[in-house]
Amino acid sequence: MYLGIVTGTVVAERKAAGLEGKKLLLVQPVDEHRKPTGDVQAAVDTVQAGVGDLVYLVGSREAALACDPWFVPVDAAIVGIVDGMDVPAPAPKPKKS
Amino acid sequence: MRCCRVVGPLWAAAKHPAFAGRPLFVVQPVDDKGADAGASFVAIDHVQAGVGDKVIVLTEGNGVRQILKMGDIVPIRSVIVGIVDAIESGTT
Repeated sequence: MYLGIVTGTVVAERKAAGLEGKKLLLVQPVDEHRKPTGDVQAAVDTVQAGVGDLVYLVGSREAALACDPWFVPVDAAIVGIVDGMDVPAPAPKPKKS
Repeated sequence: MRCCRVVGPLWAAAKHPAFAGRPLFVVQPVDDKGADAGASFVAIDHVQAGVGDKVIVLTEGNGVRQILKMGDIVPIRSVIVGIVDAIESGTT
């Protein structure tokens, strides 16, 4: 599982069977300091997340298992909205001498 | 499985029911020298790990389903399954 920030919504009228009624969101994967890691992706939402929320996602086949019914063609699913984290502050950048 | 360092806990009120009551941690993969290697990710804890512990994280769903014994439909992919006491790394 990994962290991400919801950056937008995706609307698609024609979808593969099984995806009807599933909410799709755009998510920027981030690290624990909200620094982007990797490319923006579309993910199916299972927890009513909104734009700007820090969320955690599950990828691959387990993403489909997060949905009901679970036989759906998805490979990223938002499975939780992060309320807080207790992580050390990022190390300061080394000063140029 | 990956060797990781536990960075810190995270908590979420709104989450998939499969995550209810399961502690969540941010973990950072490390190499055999203990240096960070790759991007951090989120894992649930199965062995009472603590912040700063070096741990083994299972990152594949089938094994996770066997461990959690919650049936076949579990949207969880990474679980902390061991606390590392020592790593002996051969010199090549």
